[in-house]
Amino acid sequence: MEAVKQGSATVGVKSSSHAVLVALKRASSELAAHQKKIMPIDKHIAVSISGLTADARVLSRFMRTECLNEQFAHNQALSLNKLMERVGAKMQIATQRYDKRPYGVGLLLAGFDEDGPHIYQTCPSANYYDCQAMAIGARSQSARTYLERHLDEFRSSTREELIRHALRALRDTLPNDVELTNKNCSIAIVGKGEDLSIYDDDDVNPYLEGLDQEERRGGAGGARDAQPPAAPTAAAEEDDAASAPPPPPTDEQPQGDSMETD
Amino acid sequence: MNTGKSHTMYPSTSGTSVVGLVYDGGVMLAADSLGSYGSLARFRDVKRLFKVTDKAALACSGDIADYQFIREVIEQKVRDDVCGGYTRELNAGALHCWLTRVLYNRRSRFDPLWLECVVAGYKDDEPFLGYVDKIGTAFEAKEVATGFGLHFAVPMIREAREKKQNLSCDEARKLLTECLKVLYYRDCRAHFKYQLADITPEGVTIHDDLNLKKETNWEVANYISGYE
Amino acid sequence: MSSIGTGYDLSASQFSPDGRVFQVEYAQKAVENSGTAIGLRCKDGVVFAVEKIISSKLYEHGANKRIFTVDTHAGMACAGLLADARAIVDVARIEASNYRAEYGMPIPCKLLAERVSTYLHAYTLYSAVRPYGCSVMIGAFDHDGPQLYLIDPSGMCNGYFGCAVGKAKQNAKTEIEKLKLKDLTCRELVKEAAKIIYLVHDEVKDRHFEMELSWVCEESGGLHQLVPETVYKEAERYAKAALEEDSSDEDEEM
Repeated sequence: MEAVKQGSATVGVKSSSHAVLVALKRASSELAAHQKKIMPIDKHIAVSISGLTADARVLSRFMRTECLNEQFAHNQALSLNKLMERVGAKMQIATQRYDKRPYGVGLLLAGFDEDGPHIYQTCPSANYYDCQAMAIGARSQSARTYLERHLDEFRSSTREELIRHALRALRDTLPNDVELTNKNCSIAIVGKGEDLSIYDDDDVNPYLEGLDQEERRGGAGGARDAQPPAAPTAAAEEDDAASAPPPPPTDEQPQGDSMETD
Repeated sequence: MNTGKSHTMYPSTSGTSVVGLVYDGGVMLAADSLGSYGSLARFRDVKRLFKVTDKAALACSGDIADYQFIREVIEQKVRDDVCGGYTRELNAGALHCWLTRVLYNRRSRFDPLWLECVVAGYKDDEPFLGYVDKIGTAFEAKEVATGFGLHFAVPMIREAREKKQNLSCDEARKLLTECLKVLYYRDCRAHFKYQLADITPEGVTIHDDLNLKKETNWEVANYISGYE
Repeated sequence: MSSIGTGYDLSASQFSPDGRVFQVEYAQKAVENSGTAIGLRCKDGVVFAVEKIISSKLYEHGANKRIFTVDTHAGMACAGLLADARAIVDVARIEASNYRAEYGMPIPCKLLAERVSTYLHAYTLYSAVRPYGCSVMIGAFDHDGPQLYLIDPSGMCNGYFGCAVGKAKQNAKTEIEKLKLKDLTCRELVKEAAKIIYLVHDEVKDRHFEMELSWVCEESGGLHQLVPETVYKEAERYAKAALEEDSSDEDEEM
């Protein structure tokens, strides 16, 4: 479970018609490309990983095979709940035998099947959870706070609004001086009448537009918390503590100060 | 892998034709209730047609034992879905695809299930009618039959369709009964007791123990030389 | 806590000097930490009620069920590690379908319970594996009428009229003993089961919970299923009303 907490953050949300995943890609050095976070599984399922990438690849390959088998044998798309049961069973075996170790990766699955859109979360403990929205990875508590606060809005969101919500939640996991760019984030979306699309690099631009102008920490729509915009202007924030796990409003105590510093 | 073992390549107790057609509002399937032991009309109450789920029904001709085996496998498949609490039940398209894979696999191992199956029902709100046989040949069509039905019944149905594209439920039923009657006249391995399945968007209704003996006229038999 | 079995608790293949297998006891601890689950057998069926504690608002309603259908006539309710519970359910399902294929009839409850308990017991014998961290209750309606069995991580299997596992099992057992199980029908029993769950639920420690109710009885046609919406709502209302009555009684006493 610790391995999952060390991986970079990823967020999933769903509305009544779409399921969205957004992920923060990490680059191990300036010269390296950002590590791929979102993997397509089938035309109607994508998975975003947090933790040991190698373990994630094993699970992805398993899921892809299951989906392919369903297509081959039954000529239909595999239902998400069936897939999750099989993944859960596979992961559980690894928690019980001495010669295996648990899979050190947490997955967020987004998919669309006959029951509508789904977001599933898996843990190394082999538990899987059917979620309305979820965030995992480093500093994901802030994202979860955002999601819990806006839970009622997701159901009726449009496709674009839903992606925005997910991106805002993801942004909350970043330290104040880092922004979402087209290099460090990925978006995946699947929904009614829409096969899976994964956006990287330039394709992400239209969704990021204007995002950096909005307030952080429960911004856009949650304006009732009198939070000062901790955005680009507060570049020289001395308290990096703000980026640590739970950033409840009380953390941002020196409100008056941050307004004055530049 | 050749251990010298071989499997039976002939049916023992077998069923004869199955006929099916798509009409305006559903799909209909019919099969008679005879299990022939070679040319002996041995078991006259064999149910060769069964309801799989509310979206699919299956009827088979060929070896009855193989039919009973595959029926039990499919029933367990459906039971697993029910126990798992899944919302999507097995539909005709998925069943057809799965059956094709199973039958083709068995044939490739030289251990066939000696069957010719007709799968009828609904797939994604569209009426579905498909054929699969023991070597894995599979196709979908608006009228499908097995055995002698292919030679007698299918042309009859096509002729009726030429006159009227979309058949109503009653017309379809009359047509199917006519087909079975003709088959009873002409196919030596046919019988007058039969089953009929009607699949509509609401579900599957199976009519058992139907009898067309009274509608048949054997007076003609006297004119055939050699008939006593 | 860490000093309990020091040295003798490293694997299930070790006994302690006083004859205990600590790994199994630790597994039982896992069960005691989970939400309460109760099973009740009455004259015409079996009812399961589970207090499913919700750890995050972000989860879907009805996610992570703890009641499963093993065969059309048999159900299983679990307490403990959910991942382990799912594995046990898979095993039970395979046993049930193998029995059906071989004997052409649904598996008798006693046999199913015995097979599952033997399976769980096997995991308490070797050092290469760890015991399953959950207790399961198996309820079915078969040839001999309704039956209920409880299997714990050690592989012990007992038949019951009423049993409880999980956090508040002591309280639940006390409540169950007040009921005259042999005289109730499933309809009535569902409401009583709901009431017990609400009563033993600890509002302070675990705020959010969902109650799962299932039955297998004559009314459900001998099929195990989650109770119909109307019955569930009725039971919930009864439980909440009973809870209020109880608390107002306490106020009066003051």
